[in-house]
Amino acid sequence: MNLNHFGSVVAAYMFIWGILMVYQFTVSRRVSNLRQEVERLKETLDRGKRN
Amino acid sequence: MAGERKASIAAQAISSIVVSLLIGAAIYGALIWAPLERTMGFLQRIFYFHVACANAALFAYCIVFVGNMGYLLRRKPEWDWLATAGVEVGLIFTTIALVTGSIWAKPAWGVWWVWDARTTSTLALWLLYIVYPLLRGLVDNPERRAVISAVFGAFAFLDVPLVYFSIWWWRTQHPPPIVFKTGKLDGEMYKALLMSFIALAAMMVMMIWRRYELEGLRHAVEELKIETEYQNDGGAK
Repeated sequence: MNLNHFGSVVAAYMFIWGILMVYQFTVSRRVSNLRQEVERLKETLDRGKRN
Repeated sequence: MAGERKASIAAQAISSIVVSLLIGAAIYGALIWAPLERTMGFLQRIFYFHVACANAALFAYCIVFVGNMGYLLRRKPEWDWLATAGVEVGLIFTTIALVTGSIWAKPAWGVWWVWDARTTSTLALWLLYIVYPLLRGLVDNPERRAVISAVFGAFAFLDVPLVYFSIWWWRTQHPPPIVFKTGKLDGEMYKALLMSFIALAAMMVMMIWRRYELEGLRHAVEELKIETEYQNDGGAK
């Protein structure tokens, strides 16, 4: 098999899946941080209502 | 509420599995199953995901346009969340298309970049949508921010048909369209490309969905913060 420019193909595929995975990971982290923030604020509000 | 959350997690898990399977099949199709192209050889294998990412980006910008129009007509924040989510995902796919195009161009054309109609209009598209989140950061009032972004988004969308039709309208070094012209591409190559199209379109939808959820949570945090401040002020009085 002619594997000319194998390096270019590897670089392109690594870039594609690298950027997609990093993006998915950062969105997941941001979602989980915001979920925690929502829970924390809800608890603060509930505590305020009880007092 | 807990039931809704469980259903959402289950739906996300199922969609992640389906998208992963599609991506796996697309990678297999592009790297192993599709025959080697005669002139470009192994380098041509970049094409399957380069074209699919460019298409996913254009679809994402269509979703952004729907969100922009939806907000201008209905004034509901959910449309603004959809547009914001679409812009970020569209930018990711445009970046991939531009970078993989350059990686392909260097060995194929001898240069990293050519200022022809397709590449220049795609770069303009990327720059226009980069401005979108920057513009949002300049406006504090949520309603004003959504209106300004929707109007700007509708303006930026004008470049989408320009990118798509540039290869017909102007003479360009970029390869001509082969997807909707049967007979131009080998049958197995065509199927591998179609598989990449489906896999990346599915991934794009999943990413927008997840990013939309983030925007909704951000909105919920803002509302809860206002409520907490209001409660604290009431307590002080």
